[in-house]
Amino acid sequence: MTLDASSLQMVKPERRLKRSDRSPLASIGLHAALVVASLVAVFPVFWVLVTSFKPDARAVETSPQLFNESSLDNYTRILGGEKGAFLTWFGNSVLIALLTTVIAVFLSATTGYAASRFRFPGKRSLLMSFLVVQMFPFAVLIVPLYNILIALGLQGSSIGLVLVYCTTAVPFCTYMLKGYFDTIPTDIDEAGRVDGLSPFGVFWRLVMPLAKPGLAVTSFYAFLTAWGEVAFASAFLSAADESKTLAVGLQVFVQQNRTEWGHLAAASILVAIPAVIVFYLVQRFLVTGLSSGAVKG
Amino acid sequence: MAEVSYVKASRVFSGNPPVRAVDELSLDVADGEFLVLVGPSGSGKSTALRMLAGLEDVDEGAIQIGGKDVTNVPPKGRDIAMVFQSYALYPHMTVAENMGFALKLRGVAKTEIKAKVEEAAKMLDLTKYLERKPKALSGGQRQRVAMGRAIVREPSVFLMDEPLSNLDAKLRVETRANIAALQQRLGTTTIYVTHDQVEAMTMGHRVAVLKDGLLQQCDTPRALYDRPANAFVAGFIGSPAMNLKTVPITSEGAKLDGVTVPLSRSALDAAGGLDEVTFGIRPEALGIVPSGEEGMEMTVELVEELGADALVHGAVKIGDSSQRFVVRVDGRTPPTLGQHVKVAVRDHTEIHLFHPETGERLEA
Repeated sequence: MTLDASSLQMVKPERRLKRSDRSPLASIGLHAALVVASLVAVFPVFWVLVTSFKPDARAVETSPQLFNESSLDNYTRILGGEKGAFLTWFGNSVLIALLTTVIAVFLSATTGYAASRFRFPGKRSLLMSFLVVQMFPFAVLIVPLYNILIALGLQGSSIGLVLVYCTTAVPFCTYMLKGYFDTIPTDIDEAGRVDGLSPFGVFWRLVMPLAKPGLAVTSFYAFLTAWGEVAFASAFLSAADESKTLAVGLQVFVQQNRTEWGHLAAASILVAIPAVIVFYLVQRFLVTGLSSGAVKG
Repeated sequence: MAEVSYVKASRVFSGNPPVRAVDELSLDVADGEFLVLVGPSGSGKSTALRMLAGLEDVDEGAIQIGGKDVTNVPPKGRDIAMVFQSYALYPHMTVAENMGFALKLRGVAKTEIKAKVEEAAKMLDLTKYLERKPKALSGGQRQRVAMGRAIVREPSVFLMDEPLSNLDAKLRVETRANIAALQQRLGTTTIYVTHDQVEAMTMGHRVAVLKDGLLQQCDTPRALYDRPANAFVAGFIGSPAMNLKTVPITSEGAKLDGVTVPLSRSALDAAGGLDEVTFGIRPEALGIVPSGEEGMEMTVELVEELGADALVHGAVKIGDSSQRFVVRVDGRTPPTLGQHVKVAVRDHTEIHLFHPETGERLEA
């Protein structure tokens, strides 16, 4: 029997789409949708950036231009303090937001750990109350919180405002962190205790490092809760100019008869920078899988 | 190094009714002994180990390590090291840090920790991996790190909670031998929990069998196999399991399918007054005999060829019902499926009798 090469050759299989392949039309549609969505998300921020370089009079025009008498004047005037004590507000905001983050994350981490690991009476109702308190609209809380702050003698102080922010941040963060701690195997706690750690040592030296992704998310949340908040800040801080936070301070650019768009935009950009920095710092922890490899995998 | 004693130690979980996970366990483990706790799941063997580790409360009774009462001492004060089923390595630390962590907590000098970690790593063939994180290791390597973490401590007692159950069959057999050899070399008292009776038999100096929180028997592997204290131990120890059947008994012996298996005088005396007993015989004490000889009629239902041996499963009529028996035969000449064969007791000294209700061994 003889064989010729051509008969051995397999019939060329028809080109079929693999699972990862897309038809060109689907590809175009998909990319177009993504481009539009990205533009919708980015454009407002971009336009604020563009506006921030224009003088107030050129900010709103019938035919908008990218550059029109653009300069850094808005920034120099704001940072120079011509438009209110911007740097003081900035300092206040940073202080209040950082304090809120530190206190809220520490409280919720310890509470969340207890709720995740220990059995104690009232555990269910505690967790339930954390869920329920998040359901009230902020506006309803202003008056009772105000009365409490007066009773504590903290009305108008930064610490008072930090505590108020904690009331909203702690319940949420506790819930988040309890969920995260639940994913860390209790065997690790037990191994630590056998190795010679105290219960707090287990929490501090084993569970906290393993919960970094969870802690990053909650710190970011706590920071943002305090950073951009207006209603509580304007109600609880004293009216004095030097005690304002940024979010409250920005209102000087919006007056009854005119709005200083250029300055407002420049200030907004400056306000956004710390939030971006905080996000940049925590985003590398926003990767899960740190606890993989602990147990059989 | 130290001896370990459970003194009527109990662990009771609240509930309705309360669950006695470990019930008045009394057990003495000698210095340097390798004791295996074995039992089916839910027998309380892990709970008993965790009580010794201090991870579980002791509700009644006491536990002593090295003659000292440690019933209410936290785990870190007990001078023990534990290997977990999941290994429980610290994922954010390297292998070296994992192994040296306990020493670091004790404030041992860095150079000394390094020396001890390296020594243990050499013993366990881990030197190459000291700077790796646990997630970059294979299952077997992780298991060895968990062992290393325990060894570096030089504790007075090793506790191991099913440390091999996450390994594949071949590695398990290999590691089994390694652990036993390591224990021999270090001479550290070791309590080892497993549900695998083969592990228990091959590793332990003594084996304690638990069921429903109650200690059934604690003896050497040989004694457990030869003289099980009750029907549960008889059925649990040995693979394949012992044939255990309730059969009528007369003054001549036990009646199986028309065949009367003669019993010793003392056994008959112990069974005096009973008309039925639980009759136990291991598959290796039974044999297939030529069709002319006296024996039980068995229909072959399944043949498991293991290479050297074959296990023949078949039905034998006892009274009105048909009962399943397992017989171990030579692997080269197994009977075929559906074949009728004659089965006889090969060794009359290997017959075990148990009380049909209490399950206790009947013997003078």
